[in-house]
Amino acid sequence: MAKSYKHGDAGRPRVGLFVTCLVDLFRPSVGFAAVKLLRAAGCDVEIPRAQTCCGQPAYNSGDVKDTREIAKQVIDAFEEFDYVVAPSGSCAGMLKLHYPTLFVSDVVWQQRARALAVRCHELVSFITDVCGMDSVDASFDQSVTYHDSCSGLRELAIHAQPRRLLASVRDLRLSEMCDADVCCGFGGTFCIKYPEISARMVSDKMANTEASGANNVLGGDLGCLLNIAGALKRHGSKIKVYHVAEILADMADVRAIAEGEEPK
Amino acid sequence: MRVTSQAFRTRAAVALKNVELQRAMAKAKGGFVDKRRVAIEALPEFEQLRSVAREIKEHTLSHLDYYLERFESQVIASGGHVHWARTPAEACEIVVGICGGVGARSVTKGKSMVGEEIAINPALENAGLEVIETDLGEYIIQLAKEPPSHIIAPAVHKTRDQVTDLFQEHHSRYGYNQRVTEIPDIVNEARQVLRDAFLSADVGITGANFLVAETGSTIIVTNEGNGDLTNTLPAVHIVTASIEKVVPTLEDATAILRLLARSATGQEMSSYTTFSTGPRRSTDLDGPKEFHVVLVDNGRSQMLGNEFHEMLRCIRCGACLNHCPVYGAVGGHAYGWVYPGPMGSVLTPLMVGLEKANHLPNACTLNGRCEQVCPMSIPLPKMLRQLRVREFEQRLTPARMRWGLSIWTYLARRPHLYQPVMSILVRLLEILGRKRGRFRYLPFAHGWTKVRDMPAPQGQTFQRAWRQSGDGSRL
Ligand code: SF4
Repeated sequence: MAKSYKHGDAGRPRVGLFVTCLVDLFRPSVGFAAVKLLRAAGCDVEIPRAQTCCGQPAYNSGDVKDTREIAKQVIDAFEEFDYVVAPSGSCAGMLKLHYPTLFVSDVVWQQRARALAVRCHELVSFITDVCGMDSVDASFDQSVTYHDSCSGLRELAIHAQPRRLLASVRDLRLSEMCDADVCCGFGGTFCIKYPEISARMVSDKMANTEASGANNVLGGDLGCLLNIAGALKRHGSKIKVYHVAEILADMADVRAIAEGEEPK
Repeated sequence: MRVTSQAFRTRAAVALKNVELQRAMAKAKGGFVDKRRVAIEALPEFEQLRSVAREIKEHTLSHLDYYLERFESQVIASGGHVHWARTPAEACEIVVGICGGVGARSVTKGKSMVGEEIAINPALENAGLEVIETDLGEYIIQLAKEPPSHIIAPAVHKTRDQVTDLFQEHHSRYGYNQRVTEIPDIVNEARQVLRDAFLSADVGITGANFLVAETGSTIIVTNEGNGDLTNTLPAVHIVTASIEKVVPTLEDATAILRLLARSATGQEMSSYTTFSTGPRRSTDLDGPKEFHVVLVDNGRSQMLGNEFHEMLRCIRCGACLNHCPVYGAVGGHAYGWVYPGPMGSVLTPLMVGLEKANHLPNACTLNGRCEQVCPMSIPLPKMLRQLRVREFEQRLTPARMRWGLSIWTYLARRPHLYQPVMSILVRLLEILGRKRGRFRYLPFAHGWTKVRDMPAPQGQTFQRAWRQSGDGSRL
């Protein structure tokens, strides 16, 4: 795999992988892909045991108290690392931008949250922007389109990085969809609270995906991908859905999201 | 206007099935977004201007009392009157009182969101006055007896066919019996009908996009020129404006004006930008004999300095609506009050009470597109989340949500419990879903499976698989 170590072999940075609850529960292969990419980018990767979820469900439901407790747990588990990396823009954004706002009246924890925040990154932007990786050793003889998940795009400015790395995947053809930057209708608990509106939003996303002519849709946030894959399947579409890390790590031999043993 | 925001879910569901509405919205949406993008791309100093505008507003808001009093004294110095209204009821009383004082019988109106907010039309009609909206969009919805569905394009939810039908129904009494189907003809017919109204109105009521403290001027921007006829032809001009509309100087107003039309319609400037300063002077060729400004608070002074302070920077451009995928899907009426979309989801709970509008802050994916386009850089998602905090504290969050959430957070805060429990759950789901790779129905996840399949998990949690791989040493 392409090597572009920033720190050199001796001083390999220690990265704590924040797996995210959705990857942990639904799609461990994304976690393994993340480990593979981080190692290729010159990092030592560890997975702290004391991690569950970043607290977004509570945070976005107005439950500040529980969010704070979860944030403290994450800070405790990760502050020993040089970097904290998550294969998700929304969870990385939560740690990076929102944790420090949780402790306005608690100087000690605010300091700790801030110290962690500057070392937090989303996976793809980390290996490109911080580790300086600009290509991967992978091949995928398929056409793909890329959905920009909202938090990654707007909170962390992730747009060019995944495309740059995808361009280095052998045989892969990227065909952009219209409105790639428009929300897919997931929105965490939004999609279960307002299923009809969410359905309408994801159907726009499906239409744009289909119009792109690509056979695969990729993205950097599993929440959106579960939503898009679930909707595509419900409507009998043949388009496959992968997390971008799986393609970049040359791990597309796993079954696509929502594909069964007998794909229809 | 009655607040029906509690029926958001039902109204949204109906809207999603309304073919005409969906057609009208689809047509409008792309237009607004593309035109704005072109206009902003042609303005390299957009970001700079944005921070200047923000500064102007923040400065004004932190000295709001000073600038409002300065505005008042300048209006008086130019021969006009200023009235202060704490509530919508007070504002209506003042306006009706002015109309009564001059024995008015008919009133023409320019488009005004504050007018909608204080519900001035029913108040005037109850007092026996005839009220005619002169903005084409407002006129259309007045005929249809509907509230506006957008803050700058009130009839955006109507298709051309629907307008044609409305005109045929209402204009035959003026002798227009032909069906007009082309846009220029529709506009023309409305113009003809409205012309008589302009000439015979006793009072003209407009809103204001800006109040200028240094000169006592009020400024409106329109594309039809109807505002000019509304404020120059009748003998009395009443401006209804909310207190955060004030800016210190004319220069400040023009700086923000450069952002307004570009963000709203993608124009560099709207077709008409009209300044009103006091009543007609002896040397003026036209203008009203009396000039009144009604300054409306309606909860705004409460927002000064609290966590919703930044909302007072809003210039009502509508960009957040145009870029909101939820608004684009359900249209403005679903929101159930005057202000729809992201800005409305913040303002409505603050103005009518959270308990009457607690859906609105939740009907949002927090995707952040609104904040990205807002010319005044208002952190709308942050405020919607802040309202959710209030809901949670006031126990307005639905019980089922609270329960689900508390089970989740209980586990999430206990990794040693969470991991074995999730391992079993994930294993079970994998076995059940292996064949198809997904579920068409899952109990407890009805909201999800109602409209889409639930992908099955791969089978083991990552944590477990990782330990089995010798912490990655056997990869
Ligand atoms: S919140 Fe911002 S984008 Fe929305 S109407 Fe107000 S100024 Fe415009």
